[in-house]
Amino acid sequence: MEKMSRVTTALGSSTISGRTMFCHLDAPANAISVCRDATQVVVAGRNIFKIYGLEEEQFVEKLNLRVGRKPSLNFSCADVMWHQMEENLLATAATNGAVVTWNLGKPSRNKQDQLFTEHKRTVNKVCFHPTEVYMLLSGSQDGYMKCFDLRKKESVSTFSGQSESVRDVQFSMKDYFTFAASFENGNVQLWDIRRPDRYERMFTAHTGPVFCCDWHPDDRGWLATGGRDKMVKVWDMTTNRAKEIYCVQTIASVARVKWRPERKWHLATCSMMVDHNIYVWDIRRPFIPFATFEEHKDVTTGIVWRHQHDPYFLLSGSKDSTLYQHMFKDASRPVDRANPEGLCFGLFGDLAFAAKESLISGDANRKPYPGGDRRYPIFFFKKPDLTEQFAHVSSALSVFESSLESKRMDWFVKTARLYLLSGKPFAELCDHNAKVAKELNRPQVSTTWTMLRIMFSDPANLSTPGPNHIGKLGTLPLMNSFSMKEMGMGTESRLDRSKGESRQDNIHLDLGNSLINNICPNAENEETEGSEGQAEYMFGDAELDDDDLYSMEHDNQAEEQEYTLPQEAFPLRHEIMDNPLAPEHLQQDKADSPQASGNEAEVMCLTPIESFSLISISQPLFSPHLPAPFFCPVVREMLSHYAEQGDVQMAVSVLIVLGDRIRKEIDDLTQEHWYMSYIDLLQRFELWNVSNEVIKLSTCSAITCLNQTSTTLHVNCSNCKRPMSNRGWICDRCHQCASVCAVCHHVVKGLFVWCQGCSHGGHLEHVKNWLKSSSHCPAGCGHLCEYT
Amino acid sequence: SFIPPALRGAEGQKRSRQSDFGVRIPRPLGNGPSRFIPEKEILQVSKVDPRTQSIFEDAFAALGRLDNISLVMGFHPQYLESFLRTQHYLLQMDGPLSLHYRHYIGIMAAARHQCSYLVNLHVNDFLQVGGDSKWLNGLDGAPQKLQALGELNKILAHRPWLLTKAHIEHLLKAEEHSWSLAELIHAVVLLTHYHSLASFTFGCGITPEIHSDGGHTFRPPSLSQYCVCDIANGNGHGHLEERRGNHQVSEVSGEVEVLMERMKQLQECRDEEEASQEEMATRFEREKTESMLVATAEDEECVPSRDVSRHFEDPSYGYKDFSRRGEHVPTFRVQDYSWEDHGYSLVNRLYPDVGQLLDEKFQMAYNLTYNTMAMHKDVDTTMLRRAIWNYIHCMFGIRYDDYDYGEINQLLDRSFKVYIKTMVCSPEKTTKRMYESFWRQFQHSEKVHVNLLLMEARMQAELLYALRAITRYMT
Repeated sequence: MEKMSRVTTALGSSTISGRTMFCHLDAPANAISVCRDATQVVVAGRNIFKIYGLEEEQFVEKLNLRVGRKPSLNFSCADVMWHQMEENLLATAATNGAVVTWNLGKPSRNKQDQLFTEHKRTVNKVCFHPTEVYMLLSGSQDGYMKCFDLRKKESVSTFSGQSESVRDVQFSMKDYFTFAASFENGNVQLWDIRRPDRYERMFTAHTGPVFCCDWHPDDRGWLATGGRDKMVKVWDMTTNRAKEIYCVQTIASVARVKWRPERKWHLATCSMMVDHNIYVWDIRRPFIPFATFEEHKDVTTGIVWRHQHDPYFLLSGSKDSTLYQHMFKDASRPVDRANPEGLCFGLFGDLAFAAKESLISGDANRKPYPGGDRRYPIFFFKKPDLTEQFAHVSSALSVFESSLESKRMDWFVKTARLYLLSGKPFAELCDHNAKVAKELNRPQVSTTWTMLRIMFSDPANLSTPGPNHIGKLGTLPLMNSFSMKEMGMGTESRLDRSKGESRQDNIHLDLGNSLINNICPNAENEETEGSEGQAEYMFGDAELDDDDLYSMEHDNQAEEQEYTLPQEAFPLRHEIMDNPLAPEHLQQDKADSPQASGNEAEVMCLTPIESFSLISISQPLFSPHLPAPFFCPVVREMLSHYAEQGDVQMAVSVLIVLGDRIRKEIDDLTQEHWYMSYIDLLQRFELWNVSNEVIKLSTCSAITCLNQTSTTLHVNCSNCKRPMSNRGWICDRCHQCASVCAVCHHVVKGLFVWCQGCSHGGHLEHVKNWLKSSSHCPAGCGHLCEYT
Repeated sequence: SFIPPALRGAEGQKRSRQSDFGVRIPRPLGNGPSRFIPEKEILQVSKVDPRTQSIFEDAFAALGRLDNISLVMGFHPQYLESFLRTQHYLLQMDGPLSLHYRHYIGIMAAARHQCSYLVNLHVNDFLQVGGDSKWLNGLDGAPQKLQALGELNKILAHRPWLLTKAHIEHLLKAEEHSWSLAELIHAVVLLTHYHSLASFTFGCGITPEIHSDGGHTFRPPSLSQYCVCDIANGNGHGHLEERRGNHQVSEVSGEVEVLMERMKQLQECRDEEEASQEEMATRFEREKTESMLVATAEDEECVPSRDVSRHFEDPSYGYKDFSRRGEHVPTFRVQDYSWEDHGYSLVNRLYPDVGQLLDEKFQMAYNLTYNTMAMHKDVDTTMLRRAIWNYIHCMFGIRYDDYDYGEINQLLDRSFKVYIKTMVCSPEKTTKRMYESFWRQFQHSEKVHVNLLLMEARMQAELLYALRAITRYMT
């Protein structure tokens, strides 16, 4: 035990110093290892086998172990280990299956000592016993582990994993006789070195190969494993069953894992593919690396802490042919770059917002949120060494509750349920939807529907006004009064000219009779109807009340045959923008879409262009029937506006109802985007049927195919509890009909409903009928079933 | 008698119309799914093994057809299951490429080996999923994006070791025609899948289904017994061949025993006498160069029964050219880039789940054994399977440090090597004679097993080169 004490007291003798530095190797490294006193490092790879001295400022090549004219494959190293007791002793694992030991004390140039060629396949790992000088362990691709006594020519014992390749072997730090081996099939085995006949314990640690494992240097029972499944797991081996106590999810397969000395919770990992960085994790905070070393340009193949009692120096070798010494103080800390703010919506529209306390602390009104401490639980009990802790961010969480909001989406749900999107003539659909919208107090939407009907219906059908048609003035000659004038209004940005300042832009649609609506950009529920509230939006000082509107209509009637020709020549170029302070924009707008309102107040201050439109008023009557495509730009504009206001429901519903009439006007991507948003909303409100209807009715290929994904439901057999691979009703394994109806005792091949409590069920209809008369399970199990 | 008279009348009418108007009734060409394996034997399998039966049912349910490839693979249900699952995932399930792209890439890959069977199969699928029939006029008709893939297709199929990161870069950085990494991985997996499947198709002499081109004739059966392909491959005298085959069996009996004896010897003597490292290295090189010289089929040119060559460019580019010129294949050390460690991670990262599926399929193929050899039972065939696998990788320049390539020479005789070489490098030249001349005493199911090994080993080799190039591009 004298050796033991030597190990544990090793640190005091020399203090290590240095800086972040690197040197070029001639070839990619596969593995590295340091000698006990941390002054030298050995680098091994397919074409390299060298020892470097670690000096204050640089690496110095000390020795090249690849000697001889024709380097044999024995030099092609997969792994290397420097003995931690005997500083002249090294072992390598060769890709051809040889295990080689090297004695640096040899006087000759060739330092090769022993050669064991017992393994038939590549040797993946060699490991010296931490305290026993002559004991060496190897693990190979052929599935065997061999223990060598370096005083003998052959292995003293062979351990058969009874499975695929061994990827790593590690002697326990504390348990003299125990070693762990990790396998390609995902298993980890624990062995007693004295009992080669069978393993002490085996458990499955990962899916896919376990590339590495490492015993905790201090804690007796902890074993860290890393696998191809991108996970690092920490196992507590002291209990009867190996228990997973921590798990870190990385972004690439884990090639090596090494506990950080003197830090109970820290470990370093590197990856085999794709990711070149070295991460140091605090296993208690597995979501973000504690520190990252980003120097390497190709995958890191070997990492080792320079001294087993010093946590500040990490050495690494890489495929990019460099050897690095990383200083911990130079590591980058991802947590510094992480966004410390979080924002989330609750189910009922509540908003939670977490941010650094310092940022919000000025806010005196904040109430402490009921339900416990706002701060993170304190992880670190040791005295603060700032570089050794996660940045201590104490965050404040604010919750903004919204009382109104829970009600606010009712209209959405109801509208979604009640709208008709297909199955009836176009005009009827529009009328129906207009009615729905009206009943929900959304007059503007309602009007839009009515207008759509008018725009796109056959003129012949127009004689029958829809149910929504409120004709205060009796039946107006719709087509005529509606002719072109309103189009102008619908497409332009409105200015309040009498004040000379810009107003809120609105889509401004004027229906022939009495309603002038605007879209409320702030999405307040439209509770007012065609009266002051909206007039305010539009006309500002030149405020209109109902009478004005009506008088305007009278005007229209009076000059019934007005028609403004120029409109046609002005295609819409601008999206309507809520930008009150953009004079040049407005100027352009004016030029593009001259005002064509019949309102006297506005006519008074007409710009020259507008006067042009005045002239046009005296144009003779054209055919009262306008072709439907003529309206498409307006409708397109209108749809985008609705979508932008957040009412994607309207946009999609109109899109579906109008179908081919409008589809070509709107580019596919936008359509797809709208559909996706609407479907997402519907699904959040659990309106599955509606969402499905929308998917079905959509014409975007990207949307219609949504119905074809995830259509498989996997079930287990009710007899043998195994997954049923083949058909839904008969189990391949036990050859029994799995889904038997509890009511009629026949096999169910169609709709099957079952109770999640007792797993009995049957034909949908049968169960429905049964539950009318009884509340117990039809199978007689006594369970009070609930089918909802 | 329960058929209502009206219907009966209609049926009668139809029949009479057929004869009256000369409706041509297709008749199958060839016998059964494979030209090499008697139909009886193949059909026997699914009748006996319930597992195979249920896999067939599933495959039929999923695709609406049961292709001849699956029928032949039915000898090895465990593998077939894995194979179909992978193929289904690649073609039908979520993935970065659209469905018609997938089939078109399949067509491109199969056409590289003039495998009209697979081409026809996927031309139909391609059209069914809404592919543009103009594309089928040739690669020129396809979008530029797919045209760019032609080069990769060509290199992968014939000389994968020439693949560099420049090729990858060319595909990924082509402005509006560029591929995304995920798409490229998908495409690479598809290409390698169909290259190797073409090998299998030729290696097992898969015949076209009755409904596809070249699968039927309208001639009355009495006129000709021979199918076009047979004639093209010089196999017109099927019956004669069979008889001769039987005759030969008696001559070469003992072949299996010799092979088993050798395996036993190798097993024993390996521990005694160790070849030096230099010796091992030269053995690999020798095997590699020798494999180049193994003559593939006599230089007869194969006649493609359908003009499939239009699906790829540069038809003269083949394996043959290069072996003639004696180019050197660089050595690829599998310890530096292996499927298990590196390839898997890359594929699974960019195309989730496929890495897993392929991994399972490779392992299934590599580890599949029934511990039988011809009529002998309880034989450990690991050594033989490993020799075959490593020999194929050796042809692609892939070297296992821990393998003694001397074993290959001991275990694989010349006719077998010719077969392997032909099947892997220019499968379109595989003939029935080749199929019959190796391992004469072995059963057909065992030969299919060999074919599976060849196919998977080839796929892995191609994948390794492609993935390595992609990895190099990424770093």
